This record gives sequence, structure tokens and C-alpha cells, in this order.
Amino acid sequence: MKSLEELKAIRERMQNQVNLRESGGQTATRVVVGMATCGIASGARPVLTALSNLVQEKGLTGKVTVTQTGCIGLCQYEPIVEVMEPGKEKITYIKMTPEKAAEIVERHLIGGHPVEKYTLNSADVK
Amino acid sequence: MYRSHVLVCGGTGCTSSGSQQILETLKAEIERNGLSDEVAVVQTGCHGLCALGPIMIVYPDATFYALVKSEDIPEIVSEHLLKGRVVTRLLYKETVTPTGIKSLEDTDFYKKQHRIALRNCGVINPEVIEEYIGTGGYQALGKVLTEMTPDEVIQTILDSGLRGRGGAGFPTGLKWKLAKGNDADQKYVCCNADEGDPGAFMDRSVLEGDPHAVLEAMAIAGYAIGASQGYIYVRAEYPIAVQRLRIAIDQAREMELLGNNIFGTDFSFDIDLRLGAGAFVCGEETALMTSIEGKRGEPRPRPPFPAQKGLFGKPSILNNVETLANIPQIILNGPEWFASMGTEKSKGTKVFALGGKIHNTGLVEIPMGTTLREVIEEIGGGIPGGKKFKAAQTGGPSGGCIPAEHFDIPIDYDNLISIGSMMGSGGLIVLDEDDCMVDIAKFFLEFTVEESCGKCTPCRIGTRRMLEILTKITKGQATMEDLDKLEDLCYYVKNNSLCGLGQTAPNPVLSTLRYFRSEYEAHIKDKHCPAGVCKSLLTYVIDRDKCRGCTLCAKTCPAGAIIGTVKNPHIIDPDKCIKCGACMEKCHFGAIYKK
Repeated sequence: MKSLEELKAIRERMQNQVNLRESGGQTATRVVVGMATCGIASGARPVLTALSNLVQEKGLTGKVTVTQTGCIGLCQYEPIVEVMEPGKEKITYIKMTPEKAAEIVERHLIGGHPVEKYTLNSADVK
Repeated sequence: MYRSHVLVCGGTGCTSSGSQQILETLKAEIERNGLSDEVAVVQTGCHGLCALGPIMIVYPDATFYALVKSEDIPEIVSEHLLKGRVVTRLLYKETVTPTGIKSLEDTDFYKKQHRIALRNCGVINPEVIEEYIGTGGYQALGKVLTEMTPDEVIQTILDSGLRGRGGAGFPTGLKWKLAKGNDADQKYVCCNADEGDPGAFMDRSVLEGDPHAVLEAMAIAGYAIGASQGYIYVRAEYPIAVQRLRIAIDQAREMELLGNNIFGTDFSFDIDLRLGAGAFVCGEETALMTSIEGKRGEPRPRPPFPAQKGLFGKPSILNNVETLANIPQIILNGPEWFASMGTEKSKGTKVFALGGKIHNTGLVEIPMGTTLREVIEEIGGGIPGGKKFKAAQTGGPSGGCIPAEHFDIPIDYDNLISIGSMMGSGGLIVLDEDDCMVDIAKFFLEFTVEESCGKCTPCRIGTRRMLEILTKITKGQATMEDLDKLEDLCYYVKNNSLCGLGQTAPNPVLSTLRYFRSEYEAHIKDKHCPAGVCKSLLTYVIDRDKCRGCTLCAKTCPAGAIIGTVKNPHIIDPDKCIKCGACMEKCHFGAIYKK
């Protein structure tokens, strides 16, 4: 190690990964991916991975926790992703893909604006 | 990048309850479920709750699984890691509430703790230097080398109020200042990892869970006093700690965080390990340094103090593992931050190893000034079986007992000394009404007699004579004159021994005499052990009215001391009885009792 910059570079590379363990599941925002049989069958796993990676890459691990949940009963709309922020109504995204997930990270988690077109509310649920 | 990290404790406690096999099974199951790219398995150091090991924590949701078995792993992987359904039956039950799962930090065991020395234990993989750097590791060393003068470093440590965590509580900054003030061509930084008190495992856990923190702190100390070489004196009985230290030193050398011109400065520093063979006296500073030199580990008179003439006759400092683990945090967060915790004369936190009659056996780090009641009743979860608290033993063979009357005393160096005990390195053994205080004193004295190096007469012979008197007391053969003689001997050994081992060896006797003299007197005058521990003073008796004559006791008795026929009350022959208590355990009718 010949300079502080070298140390800093390693720290930044590792920080978000290690931070995943420090939040203790107590972050303000929770992103939950439905990973029951229905979710997995419709492709929830790549969505979960994409969300988790992006949250780490963008340095959001201190604020956002990405975890799984079971079936919420809307199997035909899987993969489902729910975003829960304190003091705000829960947003439910349906028929997710890794690409849509990236949009949600960018616009909702970072930008603060839910992506209306993918939400359950925008779909015609009877 | 992984979406989830599964932490498996690899400390000595969990390893002995099978965490290595769990680690293997876990890796295999994750592989089988095709999750290898999504879920990281991390072996960490001790998380503190050793009583519930093996422990496993799943992040990011911080699910805490306790008493995990290999058979449980497939379920955890397929349910939790894949589908996100927590396996509730395996959760640490303190975290389960009617309304959901409580965070670990809100449990009684963790909520009053404040982890500085243990900050990374159970959080990072101690065998991966990058993880340590990821939590801010080696930043303090960088700061010290590029922004601070050695005097500023020493002033920071002085201002923080940090005192030696090995037991004596000498101000760390002052130790460094004295060593810096002595000019020499070579100086040394030594780390005392010769943790020897029965029941103490704080230092072992730091070395196993966060070895780089100790290396970083030693390099900082080297810069402060002007040393280029460090030695860690660690017990060979700590194989996991030794192995992780070796790995850590190799990694630090490879990254040039140890070696020449660290961070491109003029400062060079390297560290070597020296393994101790397990002699308790080698925890004493002069004996430890003599042992590093390759000689028989015996103490020598001070002065000269090690700061003047220490290892190889050069100015040296010796700091305990836990003391060192605090240093990088003090440098990074400032002395005011550290001094804001604790009591007036004892700053910061202290790690304790809880053992004995307590629910949560394990490791806790609490701010100085926390009361014994908080530690035992809240963090420790109280005494099992509804038994009554009798005393807490702190400081191991050098310390003493704190009786129930001092339950609310804030724990710090000076308070413990004023009530006849000492902080010691941090072993805290809880005793209940079933423990005999004379027997406890005898236990610790047996230890010191065994461990006395024999160099000075008061310790070598004095402690042995004390043990003989204690043995007489427990056998009911002592007189009140013996008790006076014992007390005199205590003061004699205390005042005349060469090193700390002998000077503190009488403490367990003195403190039990101070608070539990009536128990000693009961042994002597009434030939009775109030707690029912000392075998020579016990008789097992069968209650004629309760005995149904089932013959179970007679069949169990290994000495053939129980006589009787079927359906008639049995009797115990006191001459044959070896007082093992096996009959009492077996009796279904509660007919056998001790008197």
C-alpha cells in the first residue's frame, strides 16, 4: 500500500458489500420480491438479483433493503415487487423484469417518483 | 455481487458445537439450489451468544438463527434463501414477538451493549483483509502516518482516557509516552494475547473475529513510540486465533500495510508471532518478554520498567489485545468520542466473558459504569432454575467476588477495587446459592499454586500453605486459629511476592472472607457446608417415610452403600457412601436429601 488512494479504492469497492450486513434489516426503505413458487416460475429470481446488485452498485445499501417474500395471492401478476417507504403508501409493481427493475431503482429508489406504468394500480385489476 | 450474505460463526465456541460442518453443508446446499452466484457464505468471528451456538445470521434482513444443526440447512436454503420464508422454529426466540420478528439490536442481550472492540466480530470474515478495509480498516493507520506526529498520536490516546484492558488499568497513553521518551536504536511493541484466566475468552474472540484491528493498532503504537518491530505473544492453546493471525499478517504484508515504507512514508513496521506454552505467569509483562526472548518465562523485579528496559533490554510497550482493538476507533472518531462513554475515571467500554450460572453464556461489550444488575439480569438473562444470586467473580484468580449487596455498583476499575475485587481481563463468573464460597476460593488457589513459577518464596510456598489450610477447612478439620493464620498469610503473600501473580493470588480468599466469613466459620465451627458442596461435610440420608423401596437407588449406587429390600425403606451406609449424589438424582420420590 503506497498511498491512501489505494486504500480508499479498496474501501469503496468493499463498503457496499459489507454494509449489507450493517443495516441489520433496519433500513428505512424495504424492497420485497415475491419469491414463492409462482414468483420463481414467472422469473422473479433474475429480478431479485438485478435489484440487489443495483442497490449495492448505486451505494444504496444503507437506505434500502432488498429481500424476498412469499405469495401475496396475485399469482397472475408475478413477478411482483413491493416498495415500502416510511410514511408513504406501499407501491406494488407487477410483471417485473430485470430491465423494469433497473428503471425502478433509477426513478423510484433514487429519484423518488414511483414508476406508475408498472404498478398494480395502473393495471386493470377486477 | 451477492443479494444475501449468510454469516456462520467460526469462533471457538461455535466451532466446538459443529459450525464447520454447517458451513460445508451450507455451501453444498447453496450450490445444489443454484444460488452460488446470489448468496455469499461468510465465516465470521464470535457474535457473543455462545450459549446458542452454532449461530447463523442471514443478511440483508438480519435473521438470527440459533442452535442450528446440519439437518436444518436444506430447509433454511430452500425456504429462506430461495423463497424468502424465514424458518421460524430455528429463530433465536428472543427475536420472535407476537407481532413479527424483532431486530437483534432490540433484544435484551444486545440492546445495552456497545461494541467498539468487538465491532467487527461476527460481522466480517476475519480471513479476508478487504472486508476489514471495507469497514474502515487501516484508515486510522493511514491517518496517523500522513497527518499526525507521534506526539499527537500519544496525546490523542491520553485524552481518550483509555486504560489497559488486561486488568491493571494503567493509562495506555502514558505507557506509550514513557516508551517514546526513552531514546534507543531499537524499540518494540508487544501484544499480550496470553489470556489465561479460567473462563475468560475476550481476547481470543477479538483475535479470531478481527485480527487486523490488532495489527493496525500495533503499527500505530510503533509509529507513536518509534518502534519498527512488534511481537504478538499468543497462547498455543488458541489454534484458531493463531491461524487467523498468521493469515492476517501474511495479507497485511502482501498489501504492504506491514513492511517497509508503509503508505509511502518513512515508517516501517513488521509483526511476528510468538506462541506461549500456556504458563499463566507469562501474562505478566516481564515474564512475557523474557519468554519472547526464548528464555524460561519468569518475572523479574521492576524497575527497570519495560518502557526503559524491556524486550531484549530495549524500551518496549506491552498492550493487551482488547486495549489495542480500541485504538483505531479512537484515532478515527477522536478522543472526545471515546471519553464521552463510561465513568469519570474509566472511559469507553469493557468486554466481559459471561460464564457460570447464567442464561446467556457468552461475550458482551458494555459501556463502563453499567451496573452488575444490568449485566446479569438484563443482558445475561438472569440465573437459570430460579436460583438466588450469590456473587459474581471477576478478575479470575487475581480478582474477587462481588456479593449481592453490591449488585447496583457501576462497573469500573476503581469501584471494583474499592469493593475488594478487580476488573481483571474481563471474566465474569456468576455464582448462585448452590456454590460454596470456600470451595470457589480453593478452586482459584489450586490454579495459582499450579501456575506459580516458583521464582519467589512467598508465592511458591505461601500459596501452597494457604491451599492446605483451605483444604482443611473444606474437610471440616480446621480450627479458628487456622482461619487467622490464613488471613495473615494472605497479606504476607500479597505484600512480598515478586510479581502480579503472587501479589493478587490471595484476592479470591480475601474477598470471600470479607463478604462470606460466616460460610468459613460454618465449615470450621459447625462442620457444615451451607451450600452443600464440600463432600467431606455432607451426609446423604434417605427419608424413611418417603422411600417406597423401589430399589432404584441401590442399583444406581456405585459403591454399594445402599442397603434395603423391595418395598421397604432403604438406608445409606455412611462409611461406604462416596457422596457422589447419583442416588439423589435417580430417586423419583424425593426421598433422598443432603444434610
